[in-house]
Amino acid sequence: MNQPLMVTAAQRAGTQVTVAVGVVILALLIALPLLSLLPESNSLQVSAYTLTLVGKILCYAIVALALDLVWGYAGLLSLGHGLFFALGGYAMGMYLMREASGDGLPAFMTFLSWTELPWYWVGTQHFLWAMCLVVLAPGLLALVFGFFAFRSRIKGVYFSIMTQALTFAGMLLFFRNETGFGGNNGFTNFRSILGFSITSQGTRAVLFLLTVALLAGSLFVGWRLARSKFGRVLTAVRDAENRLMFCGYDPRGFKLFVWVLSAVLCGLAGALYVPQVGIINPSEMSPTNSIEAAVWVALGGRGTLIGPLLGAGLVNGMKSWFTVAFPEYWLFFLGALFIVVTLYLPKGVIGLIKKRGEQ
Amino acid sequence: MKSTPTPAFDPVLDPNSDAGTSRDAIGLGQVAGKGLNTLHGTILTLEDISVSFDGFKALNDLNLYIRVGELRCIIGPNGAGKTTLMDVITGKTRPSHGKAWFGETLDLTKMSEVQIAQAGIGRKFQKPTVFEALSVFENLELAQKTDKSVWASLRAKLNGEQRDRIDEVLETIRLSASMSRLAGLLSHGQKQFLEIGMLLVQDPQLLLLDEPVAGMTDAETEFTAELFKSLAGKHSLMVVEHDMGFVGSIADHVTVLHQGSVLAEGSLEDVQADERVIEVYLGR
Repeated sequence: MNQPLMVTAAQRAGTQVTVAVGVVILALLIALPLLSLLPESNSLQVSAYTLTLVGKILCYAIVALALDLVWGYAGLLSLGHGLFFALGGYAMGMYLMREASGDGLPAFMTFLSWTELPWYWVGTQHFLWAMCLVVLAPGLLALVFGFFAFRSRIKGVYFSIMTQALTFAGMLLFFRNETGFGGNNGFTNFRSILGFSITSQGTRAVLFLLTVALLAGSLFVGWRLARSKFGRVLTAVRDAENRLMFCGYDPRGFKLFVWVLSAVLCGLAGALYVPQVGIINPSEMSPTNSIEAAVWVALGGRGTLIGPLLGAGLVNGMKSWFTVAFPEYWLFFLGALFIVVTLYLPKGVIGLIKKRGEQ
Repeated sequence: MKSTPTPAFDPVLDPNSDAGTSRDAIGLGQVAGKGLNTLHGTILTLEDISVSFDGFKALNDLNLYIRVGELRCIIGPNGAGKTTLMDVITGKTRPSHGKAWFGETLDLTKMSEVQIAQAGIGRKFQKPTVFEALSVFENLELAQKTDKSVWASLRAKLNGEQRDRIDEVLETIRLSASMSRLAGLLSHGQKQFLEIGMLLVQDPQLLLLDEPVAGMTDAETEFTAELFKSLAGKHSLMVVEHDMGFVGSIADHVTVLHQGSVLAEGSLEDVQADERVIEVYLGR
């Protein structure tokens, strides 16, 4: 009887540490945009570059969390989550382009000598409709794709390959000028959002805080799901789907729900990413981006909520440093990282920390 | 090749001989839960079931009837079609022809695996299959009979009654002390019991058990025999087993499968005395 007691004590201590670290990080993330508002002469001032960089990484962290919900919990490895992220980004980009061009057509359409907007651009000058699109575009695509994939009981590596093909198809489609999304240049030269200049310190700070809020919200949703019976059913889908069916559960509905939720979270992250980074183009849909997202999750530790955030932060932090210090070696390093994680850290960094904690 | 199943029915219990009236008279027809019509006392009816995989006939015009509250053992050499039979009943494999009825009204050949499970057929796999990343308690919680839709699962909270039922089953399968352990850490025998426990909380009318005592110690096997005997009557059980000692200790009625059809049926002594059964088992 001694051992379980000790384990719970260790777990309780672990939870306390996690909560403490979480509160400190949240405080730092809230302080960061406030410090960026200080005058430049102040030594505590945070540069726009740093704020954008951290904001970008936070958006990636949301993607990692969303991917972990489907991969870590339900066992569906998606190699196409970049598509949902980009769709959310494009929906936001449409609004920003309309805001920048005023009553006229967006600049790239004028170059193509188009005279009127394609039908799917209708209403995108309204912020609220654009926000609906941010949710609907990735959500509906995920719903349709998931419905057919899960109905046909596609799983494992076949599912991964299909998601990869989907994002690749999306990229090819968006590369075409005729598709009406700016071809390979995508959208850029944004001016304002809801009338506020997009480059002003205040707008940046608000966008950053919204990203922090979305991350916290996603984390809360993920936490509630993981603790609910729904989360346990997902774990069961991952480990023994047949058993679950003979228990009387229909796994399709469970998979579809978490799959669409994950896609919508990615879309929201993309919508916050675009105004902060100032550009969206089809390369966001390239398969390598989606694979990189899987690397974040694997490195951090899948099946946990903190792991993917940690992974996204670590890899992207290293990436920004590496691509400045040794630009030509980054991809080799990323590849090596994936191999090392697969071979020596099957449970990711979180698994390593937990092991240390138990010893 | 048309097989000729040997009807070894006790005439009083043969569902065809009295259309279940005697069963109703002694109240057996009402054992099954609500929603399942077992008016004639037969919970499972399989007639002329054939399954072929790439020309190989795994089941060949198989006929099998299981009465309400019965404990039936299915034996047979490897490849006789025992697991395929369970696959047909649970909807995992569709028969190429034949009829499969659960009670009087549910056509199993037209139902999905999930529908069949919800209708009240529980299955234990040959290899113990539990949710290894969840605790013993959580395994039982998932299996427990309740609304199993997505929305219900999002809001589900165990009530006192459900908790008591799980505790009761934990007691029955002797896993109370390890209820918060991960199921993946259990011994092979414990996993077998957990899976049986998952069937119990699911509260099915018909339990299909594929080699339930494989890998169990003698004491565990003996305990399982007691457990099954106590379940029979309240539930109907169909047990596939190789262990003849175990079969002898639980079954009053045994069916021998051979090459996808019923070779013999009756008490274990009768079956063991049957010339053809001896031939199949011993190759004489």
